[in-house]
Amino acid sequence: MTRDRDTPRSGGRLMDMVPHLILMLGVLIFAFPIYVTIIGSTWDAATIGRGNLPLTPGGDMLNNYASAWSESQGNRVMHTPVRIMMWNSLIMALVIALGKIAISIISAYAVAFFRFPLRMVFFWMIFITLMLPVEVRIIPTYEVVANLGLIDSYAGLTIPLIASATATLLFRQFFLTIPDELVEAAKIDGAGALRFFLDVVLPLSRTNIAALFVILFIYGWNQYLWPLLITNSAEMETVVIGITKMIGNGEAATDWNLIMATTVLAMLPPVAVVVLMQRWFVKGLVDSEK
Amino acid sequence: MQRRVIFDNKALPYLLLAPQVAVTLIFFIWPAAQALWQSVHLQDAFGLRSQFVGLENFEAVLSDPNYLETVKTTIVFSVSVTVLSLGSALGLAVLADSKIRAASAYKTLLIWPYALAPAVAAVLWMFIFNPDIGILGRALNNLGYAWDYRLNDGQAMTMVILAASWKQVSYNFIFFLAGLQAIPRSVLEAASIDGAGALRRFWTITFPLLSPTTFFLLVVDVVYAFFETFGTIHALTHGGPGKATETLIFRVYQDGVVNHDLGGSSAQSVILMVIVIALTAIQFRFVERKVHYS
Repeated sequence: MTRDRDTPRSGGRLMDMVPHLILMLGVLIFAFPIYVTIIGSTWDAATIGRGNLPLTPGGDMLNNYASAWSESQGNRVMHTPVRIMMWNSLIMALVIALGKIAISIISAYAVAFFRFPLRMVFFWMIFITLMLPVEVRIIPTYEVVANLGLIDSYAGLTIPLIASATATLLFRQFFLTIPDELVEAAKIDGAGALRFFLDVVLPLSRTNIAALFVILFIYGWNQYLWPLLITNSAEMETVVIGITKMIGNGEAATDWNLIMATTVLAMLPPVAVVVLMQRWFVKGLVDSEK
Repeated sequence: MQRRVIFDNKALPYLLLAPQVAVTLIFFIWPAAQALWQSVHLQDAFGLRSQFVGLENFEAVLSDPNYLETVKTTIVFSVSVTVLSLGSALGLAVLADSKIRAASAYKTLLIWPYALAPAVAAVLWMFIFNPDIGILGRALNNLGYAWDYRLNDGQAMTMVILAASWKQVSYNFIFFLAGLQAIPRSVLEAASIDGAGALRRFWTITFPLLSPTTFFLLVVDVVYAFFETFGTIHALTHGGPGKATETLIFRVYQDGVVNHDLGGSSAQSVILMVIVIALTAIQFRFVERKVHYS
């Protein structure tokens, strides 16, 4: 075997292994809770409730997932079928992600490609939203949504979260790098502002859009405080909220098998998006914080 | 900053801005103004009449020993989460960076917890550390250590800190690894040829060059610990036992939504807004500086 090229001056093979061992330990610490959760979703409630959960898969996997997915009644807890909650979460995540991108890209286009009265006032107004996360203004925002009659609706779940200073700033930053020659050429060819946006700016922004989509989808899927306030009916529950409602006080004698199956299902979409779109994800994360 | 070549439509820019501005006005500016207004008013029990009371709500909040206790809890919680997640992410990133060929594999294995909701992270930890059914929770009790985070203040705090930090490590790791990979190899090699050991190279070259990243992550992690961990705490301990794990944001929710104390809750919201604005301002000072240097 050849020596590790990465560490030319290291003190032998044994020392080479130490970083790998520590990293493996890190990976293990991250993977262990997930592993136990997956195992938990393959046993019956009684085995888990006795505190005897083995570290190998059990035989109730299909039952648990089928029951969590489509039924609303476990042995001990009532819950909204995961099918419905996942659908709500999906709509919420998609509307928030696509809505934020759409709204931000056109407002960034306005700020970057036009000069008009009050331009900077609007720019700063959008910028302020960056400083007011929903958590610090929950009660008054809730009141506004209630007055508009949007409690327990998809509109109420999504629209108040749809403005995005981060995405607007990111697109504006990118638009400022589009060469003036390109704009001039388009104008000479007789293309108007909308034509230029659709034919040039939008295609050029593909990478930024993909990267932002990953980040914003996860943001939307993982919302907690807002759906907790806005949804009352079981029909509108999102899956992250649903899990904690099923747990209640966290007693031993509850349907832990169903809760764990629901947890695994709730993790799947955002984890899949991160793992499958890793390149965009890292880019989106690093770019959106610049 | 402004482009040289622009389009000269009159109405179009306003139309393009309209949706964003409408959402911002209705759901951001207006509620924030409401919070400010309510924070200096006192409402009667039926919400029919309200009276201007100046800074009384703030005085009431800030002189409430419970609130000060919550401030202390929040500081302990935020400092612990920030230090723990920053420290372990930096350690892992340095190690992964030293194994260039394996770095991207480790990256894939370490970044996905970012995708988990804070509340879901809490559920995973609960399932392992529950004293009745959790594998490790039972193991601790079997070893003779009385473990029940639902009854013991310190253990509850440990649980929320661990669950919140666990989730944030991957975010910090991504940024540290990107920062490390941007450091020129030649500088490190030169130091190595001059006889600087690994530890010395880290403290004299790597760590100073990483300081912009570290500072940025410091602010992000504090914001995370302040606001986004609501789900972690709500799912894991509900602020309990007693008020042992009640942070500022949890208390705003508790006072406003559960106890319907509008004035007090609004005053607390305003205090939180001031904290966020201060943190954002610090962050922007830093961004400015980074732009000037590069």
